[in-house]
Amino acid sequence: MSQDTRQRGARGSGRIASSAAPRGRRRSRLERLLGRHPVGLLLTAPYAVFVAAIFLYPIGFGVWMSFHDFFFTAPGVDVPTPFVGFDNYVTVLSDPDIRASFLHVAEFLVINVPLTVVISLLLATALNSVLHWRGFLRVSYYVPYVAASVAMVTVWMFMFNSTGIVNQILGPLAPDPSWLVSKAWAMPSIAIYVTWKQLGFFILLFLAALQNVPKELNEAAAMDGANRWQCFRTVTIPAVRPATTLVVLLAIITGANLFTEPYLLTGGGGPNGASTTPVFLLYQQGIQQGNPDVASAIGVLLVIAVLAITYVSRKVTERD
Amino acid sequence: MKRPAVILTATIAGASLLAACGTGTGSSDSGADSAGASGPIKIWYSNNPNEVAWGEAVVTAWNADHPDEQVTGQEIPAGRSSEEVIGAAITAGNTPCLIYNTAPVAVPAFQKQGGLVNLSSFPDGAEYIEARTGEAASQYASADGDYYQMPWKSNPVMFFYNKTIMSAAGIDPENPPLATYEEFLATSRTIVESGAAQYAIYPSPASEFYQSWFDFYPLYAAESQGSLLVEDGASTFADTEGEAVATFWRTIYDEKIAGNEPYTGDAFADGVTAIASAGPWAIESYGDLDWGVAAVPTSAGTDPAETYTFADSKNVGMYSSCENQATAWEFLKFSTSEEQDGALLESTGQMPLRANLTDTYPDYFAANPDYTTFADQANRTVDVPNVSNSVEAWQTFRDAWTSSVIFGEDPIEASLQDAATAIDTLVAKD
Repeated sequence: MSQDTRQRGARGSGRIASSAAPRGRRRSRLERLLGRHPVGLLLTAPYAVFVAAIFLYPIGFGVWMSFHDFFFTAPGVDVPTPFVGFDNYVTVLSDPDIRASFLHVAEFLVINVPLTVVISLLLATALNSVLHWRGFLRVSYYVPYVAASVAMVTVWMFMFNSTGIVNQILGPLAPDPSWLVSKAWAMPSIAIYVTWKQLGFFILLFLAALQNVPKELNEAAAMDGANRWQCFRTVTIPAVRPATTLVVLLAIITGANLFTEPYLLTGGGGPNGASTTPVFLLYQQGIQQGNPDVASAIGVLLVIAVLAITYVSRKVTERD
Repeated sequence: MKRPAVILTATIAGASLLAACGTGTGSSDSGADSAGASGPIKIWYSNNPNEVAWGEAVVTAWNADHPDEQVTGQEIPAGRSSEEVIGAAITAGNTPCLIYNTAPVAVPAFQKQGGLVNLSSFPDGAEYIEARTGEAASQYASADGDYYQMPWKSNPVMFFYNKTIMSAAGIDPENPPLATYEEFLATSRTIVESGAAQYAIYPSPASEFYQSWFDFYPLYAAESQGSLLVEDGASTFADTEGEAVATFWRTIYDEKIAGNEPYTGDAFADGVTAIASAGPWAIESYGDLDWGVAAVPTSAGTDPAETYTFADSKNVGMYSSCENQATAWEFLKFSTSEEQDGALLESTGQMPLRANLTDTYPDYFAANPDYTTFADQANRTVDVPNVSNSVEAWQTFRDAWTSSVIFGEDPIEASLQDAATAIDTLVAKD
């Protein structure tokens, strides 16, 4: 046995010995509570407090509100907030407008998520292979994402109103009533707008993933006779699957929280309520109409729906 | 259950308990102590430049004579709407003593939140309000008969018309026929068919609860000779007058005399439309436009001297977080005195909610005859009813209006009746 091998063996034995020791002795109650490295708790405490204050407390408060008859009062005003069980949920689920708003979001997601994934992946792939103007093109795609929603919405309203440039190009093919006041077209128009607005961010995610795909894989596939489409389908798509999962999750989560775009583009949920979303109604109930308990119930149902959809989407996108 | 799920569940449960413990309590100001206390106070006024100038002048005038009761004024913090900002401030307990431009529609909610001081609790409270405002004060009283808002100013909604567009359409610009529904529709058709303007009128078709104050409500007030949306706990609009108004507007939308798309900007100021429903606050934004003003139409053509409309008032609320309410009350009376109301009229063109307005300021109205029309109209206005769940009631009405009138998808009669039933339920709730 060489010197080196003996040393490795000794270190290995030592590791086994040291890890076996605590198992053998009884851990004190304090140690069990704080762990073997209490300083770690100290270091993570500020962030834990931050998360508890900013994230967990509001969530808990929201859930609590959804089971009580509650409204906001001035400090010192003592009003009863009786437990009402599932009453607020019954109110939400029996309201046809709220049920419709969930369907509107489903319609939005069905259009937005596939479009987002497909277009951002294709554009990222194209950008990845572009040699000239790469920086300019990346910035061009990214600008709508960082630009103010209100400004972008105004531009789209001018483009898509009945006398806008889109209808002028389409001429007699333009829908009547126009895009944003048509019950059939309002939500698809919003979905397309949001897809365009957020594309830059998702392109960056895919671009980062594509730059980690070894060139040798594509070269090997090409040597085996694969054409560009076959390389894309059999090499690129599987290689960026984790990024695809992330893009799908983020698109679902941001889509489910849709508020600004329908509010601004269609004048508060128009036409005739065809573009209302759960978050819009949550705002209406909680902020405008003073029913935060009902708004909380909408929020809880939305969270449950998003969790369910994202769970299913992960199962689908991560499937081999 | 897996460990992360257990931790998450336990944490949420813990947070819920903490949240539950944290509700319904907090620092409590002694209302009795505050009511008689004097000292410095804070106020908020609107961010309209003219009103800011007025507010600063009032504060300066008061502070010069009250060294121990200094007033600090500032514009209301920016937000989606002043009602939302005030609602949040009430919950946080950081409202100032007085907020000018408190919307009457929000007063029932603020009252329910415990955010407003009962002005009738001051020895001369109700007496001062009723003496200044006259009979119109009664519609600002709450269900208990007390005043939780000081009626301050109104912006009676009338129909502005663009004389240049009227001339281009071949219509007499000094006296366009707009008094009856038939006249209004005929004039509107002429405007659109002549190409003088894209639309005759363009009230916002958006779905926000307050949009009905500028299309339905002024005409309903006129048609019904001053009915509020809700009277004696029951909605009034599902009647022949309400249906006449709704049919009139539906005709306008059906014939594309008005646009049903949200418009970015001011369609009247931009020349997109020939007629606009607005109060005198809008005059400044119309710049150099050559405009005239007419009373809102009715089916039979009511004499303008007898025509009602929507008041679009903004009032003053005293908020319960105020520690020096005696000073706040004195300042409120000072800022709504004859002198300060005159200054408000001079600087903003908005009508102080006081009886005998034209007689009180004859010099102003002699020098500004355009405003005389609004001052005369201010004597015949209705405001939003002071009822429970007011915002929700208006949203219910707006939703019905959108589907039956703007988009013509539901029958008017059934739609108004359904909305009336729903609103009756809402106003009956606490």
